[in-house]
Amino acid sequence: MSAADVVASVCLVAGSFLCLTAGLGLVRFPDVLNRMHAATKPQVLGVLLVMTGAVIRLTGQPIVWMLVLVGVFQLLTAPVSAHLVSRVAYRRRHVRRDLLLVDELGVPGPPPVTEADARADEPAEGPERTGG
Amino acid sequence: MTVVAVVCFALLGAGAVLILTRLALGPSLLDRVVSTDALLVTIACGIAVYCAVYRDISLEPVLLVVALLAFVGSVSVARYIGGMLVKAEQTPEERS
Repeated sequence: MSAADVVASVCLVAGSFLCLTAGLGLVRFPDVLNRMHAATKPQVLGVLLVMTGAVIRLTGQPIVWMLVLVGVFQLLTAPVSAHLVSRVAYRRRHVRRDLLLVDELGVPGPPPVTEADARADEPAEGPERTGG
Repeated sequence: MTVVAVVCFALLGAGAVLILTRLALGPSLLDRVVSTDALLVTIACGIAVYCAVYRDISLEPVLLVVALLAFVGSVSVARYIGGMLVKAEQTPEERS
């Protein structure tokens, strides 16, 4: 077992372990966004680690470029599908709102006072706007 | 290399069983979309581990197909659910 085989084995086992963590996270996390967070681990890092191990093991074979292509496709397509799924999840109220710390898409609270608002409020407004 | 194969397939199999649990339990359709995506990625990882351990390149086109199928499947189902949402938000006279 040469040094390259050892490196490839470590990459393969690490990528497989990330698949196990994805399963654990999918079972234990509470809502769709948390589960997407867990499921993305093998989609990018796990696939890249496994492909690295496979490329190291298969160096010299004629079809290794296909493994690189799989890694590139994963990097390109994982953000797109995650974006679509999370957008639909937010709109269909599959998100646990009580677990969100920041909800920038939700119903806004009092809007932040910008510099232009502060200037517009100064002299000529009605008396009911004082103190704001 | 046999030990590596056993360890990798054990980890991948345990992960796949857990993902299948969520796929069966999942309360919403989107949970099932997410877990199907993760399951296809796990299958792709398993094929790549097989190719790497046994130095067998005959399954590599399958790997490419599975990696692309995960993307197409999750995107099309998400778009379909989004279309259902748009229809549900229309008023009855708009729907005609």
